[in-house]
Amino acid sequence: MSDIALEVRDLLKTFSLDGTTINAVDHVSFQVKFGEFVALVGPSGSGKTTMLSILAALLTPTSGQVLIDGQDMAQMNEKQRVKLRREKIGFTFQSNNLIPYLSARENVEFMLRLNGKLDHGSRIRSDELLARLGLAERLHNLPAQMSGGQQQRVAIARALIHNPTVVLADEPTASLDTERALQVVQTFANLIHENGRAGIIVTHDLRMCQFVDRVLQMQDGKLVRVYDTKEEIMEFALGTIKH
Amino acid sequence: MNSMFLATYLALKEVIRNRGRFLLVALVIALITLLVLFIAALGEGLANGNRQYVANLDAQLIVFLEKSDYIISSSRLETNTSRSVRRVEGVADAGAIYTSSTEIVSLAEPLKVSMLGVEAGRPGMPVIVEGREFRTGEARETVIDRNVALRSDIQIGDVIEIRSTQGTDDKFFELKVVGLVEGQSYFFQPTIFVPPATWEKIRPQSESELSSDTPFPNIVAVKLQDPAQAEEMTARLIERVPNIEVTDIATTINNIPGYSAQQGTVQTQGVFTLLIGILVIGGFFQIQILQKVPQIGVLKAIGSSNGVVGLSAVIQIIFVTALGVGIGGGLTYLFSLGFPPTIPLVFNGARSLIAVALLLSIGPVGGMVSIIYAVRIEPLKALRLG
Repeated sequence: MSDIALEVRDLLKTFSLDGTTINAVDHVSFQVKFGEFVALVGPSGSGKTTMLSILAALLTPTSGQVLIDGQDMAQMNEKQRVKLRREKIGFTFQSNNLIPYLSARENVEFMLRLNGKLDHGSRIRSDELLARLGLAERLHNLPAQMSGGQQQRVAIARALIHNPTVVLADEPTASLDTERALQVVQTFANLIHENGRAGIIVTHDLRMCQFVDRVLQMQDGKLVRVYDTKEEIMEFALGTIKH
Repeated sequence: MNSMFLATYLALKEVIRNRGRFLLVALVIALITLLVLFIAALGEGLANGNRQYVANLDAQLIVFLEKSDYIISSSRLETNTSRSVRRVEGVADAGAIYTSSTEIVSLAEPLKVSMLGVEAGRPGMPVIVEGREFRTGEARETVIDRNVALRSDIQIGDVIEIRSTQGTDDKFFELKVVGLVEGQSYFFQPTIFVPPATWEKIRPQSESELSSDTPFPNIVAVKLQDPAQAEEMTARLIERVPNIEVTDIATTINNIPGYSAQQGTVQTQGVFTLLIGILVIGGFFQIQILQKVPQIGVLKAIGSSNGVVGLSAVIQIIFVTALGVGIGGGLTYLFSLGFPPTIPLVFNGARSLIAVALLLSIGPVGGMVSIIYAVRIEPLKALRLG
């Protein structure tokens, strides 16, 4: 079995705006291995959110390929893409992450229900994961009864509970203070590594990159630089590299 | 199956966790239900009050005087018409019916009633539920509607006194109650039945009519040997009996003065109330879906199918509507207990059942737009990723 969880091959996504064609993602290629945590960074308009949307099977690329677990998304119809999102992808968003009328436990278990995997064992696993994320006392709380950081941690648990191939996080720390943000991303990174999933985080906050294994820097839709040694990443994260 | 389970799970969880909001909507539906059921019951009650006797006739055709436009009060047949009708081949039996109004004055409070002259044992004479039929001839006996008996505490064997204006004088006549019939309202009034000769003697009449002892029936109820032959028999009767027109029971009912207009008014009220209900419910669910766009976006992004999202909305709407109709039905029942019997409310009619069925459909119909909207929400836009 290949150790490549996600492969992006020559990906192009164009949009038309006032008669002008814009390359939001411009012939980008990269791979992410199982157990690898990657950060996608770049200024606003660099194409990272478009990239994440394509990886999440929410947006169809103009050309190129995205393979998750060897399955080419371009060959899939909408029904198959929904199935792929359900089974192979875990997702956390910037905000509005959780279903407001489900408790923390129910939000996490919903992913298992969706995949037909909810049983006694998976329930215990779900509670353990929430406890691991410091939410043992919050199992029965509704999202409105939790802080932003707690909600993000529930979302992380939901993104991981069904053992997806790829876990995508779109600015998960945008609404958190620095200390909470670092805690959340560190826990996220640990879980990605421990569970052997492929993780991709989109972030503006470069300090979060200190917990990742690789940084993909985008600009104007292009992948302009890859930081893949610990030293480079730390320098990048701490702002000592000019980027 | 899993989709149905997931949709039910999501729908009910949301209802339970936001029960205040959904209860409020259910109460709005309950009020609409109350209104619609009352209108339906009133419609049924008014219709019954108007048509009950004619609708329950043991006959298939009604004979009217020619050019009376099938209006009972406008028709005045020859006295021997029923005999002529009975002689026509295919007629099983025929009975003359004489209509007028009078007032029972021997009660604590006078009661206006429809007084119908009918031939004992022939079509037009209702089924006796208690007691016996009256004797023929000029017997001063009467069979009364159970409604009259209940309202006035009249028993079989009692003698009632009626007042009729004949010429310029008020005349009083005594009638012995010998039997009871059921559900025989006519022209919004409970009925009493008397033999034709008695009817002619005691009915209200003008000065000029007093000189005659011959009763002229308004209509003749015709029972056919083969009810399926109604159309052919209509033509045959018109051909064989002079100066008549013939129609069926339904047309006779629709031509009771004011019946169609009254029913049309009541039905229009009911339809408009339902339409308002559809708009109110539709508006509520649409607002709710608009508030839930990001949440639906999340559901879809994490792999919920359109089927689950749409089905969840449908289940929620059906649940809330059913709850509202249930509460409304209960409220209607409680309210109806407090209404006096003079208000003609009938809840056991087909109309009430149709109203309930329509009420149950206002949620799904009203929420249709919101369901379609929910299914079409694109997660990318809902999550503002695009």
